[in-house]
Amino acid sequence: MKSVTKAYQPISWPMKGAGGDTGSWRTHRPVVDTQICTKCQLCWVYCPEAVIDRNEITIDYRYCKGCGVCATECPTGAISMEKEE
Amino acid sequence: MTTSIKQLPDIEQVLSGNGACGGCPATMALRIVGKALGSNAIMLLTPSCSVASMGMTPKLGYNWPGINICFATAGSSASGITHAVEIMKEKGRLQGELPTVFSWVGDGGTYDIGFQALSAAAERNDNMIHFCYNNEAYSNTGVQRSGATPRGSFTTTTPTGKRQPKKNMALLMLEHNIPYVATATVAYPGDLYDKVVKAKNIPGMKYIEILAPCYLGWQFDMPETVQLSRMAVKSGAWLLWEAENRKISFNKPSSLIISGKKDADPVNEYVMKQGRFNRLLKGPDAESRIAEIQSDIDREIAFMRERAKITI
Repeated sequence: MKSVTKAYQPISWPMKGAGGDTGSWRTHRPVVDTQICTKCQLCWVYCPEAVIDRNEITIDYRYCKGCGVCATECPTGAISMEKEE
Repeated sequence: MTTSIKQLPDIEQVLSGNGACGGCPATMALRIVGKALGSNAIMLLTPSCSVASMGMTPKLGYNWPGINICFATAGSSASGITHAVEIMKEKGRLQGELPTVFSWVGDGGTYDIGFQALSAAAERNDNMIHFCYNNEAYSNTGVQRSGATPRGSFTTTTPTGKRQPKKNMALLMLEHNIPYVATATVAYPGDLYDKVVKAKNIPGMKYIEILAPCYLGWQFDMPETVQLSRMAVKSGAWLLWEAENRKISFNKPSSLIISGKKDADPVNEYVMKQGRFNRLLKGPDAESRIAEIQSDIDREIAFMRERAKITI
């Protein structure tokens, strides 16, 4: 990603959060149990939003839309969907 | 040997926080495509979900120079740009490796509205990659019937289920005698990655079609996007194949179905999982209409098996 900090009109620049803070769309939040996780990276590859860190398996909740694909595809069941407050 | 998930590169061309629905198969596929193409590429977008999900000015959700073009012009615009890039290189105004020109188009812009320009570009064999992410309806405008909608499927313009089968677009493109055609789907990211890397290194027109199960249009639960994609392949409703220099070869697991080593799963389970076939299943003639869907799939498998035997 280019190191653009300020966008200049009329051209759009590649930046995170082009649709706003999409984390607010979420009704359920994926939570990773690091005890069970085998770091197979399946959640990372299937995440449509690219919010999962492939090495640490941490989730960027600012942009995670809570679709639940990671929890469904996790072979060990280490990701659970918890209801948002 | 398919690239394993751990071997995929780190580069991210789809940025977090774009405007796509949660669980969108188009961004899921575009991420993998981005890993294969790298950042040296020019992206062309016809009106589709991917344009709606690129976000709001002044921010852009994709890390490529992207151009929004008219619906019918995916083929002609990409042709123009690929020629312009080559001439700029000739005149010395562009240094280094030439950027890959690719269009990222939905099934409407490929099967129906964009077909004429795409067919012409294929016939001219212009150096570009055409990606069709196929969600089997015009999902961006609220799920209308397209040429890719399978028989029996509900859309807002086919309220009692579509009566005609879908067309085999990848095979139509193959009959344009272009150097590379492939089909892929989101459930097999390693397979998709390999196909895009291969397409990138072949000069001429390349066509890659990606089945993208849209939870809104197909009416299933949001977390099941990848499962539906996998079920489509295992039931034979979607075949994974590639054709290099007009020779078709099938990829796993479709190759097992084609060679007869493994039977395709019955289509029932795949159909039952989707709300778009619900009305069809409630009617008195439900069984005969499921049999129709099954016979469409069986015919396609039989046809592709025989077509693959032609290797000249």
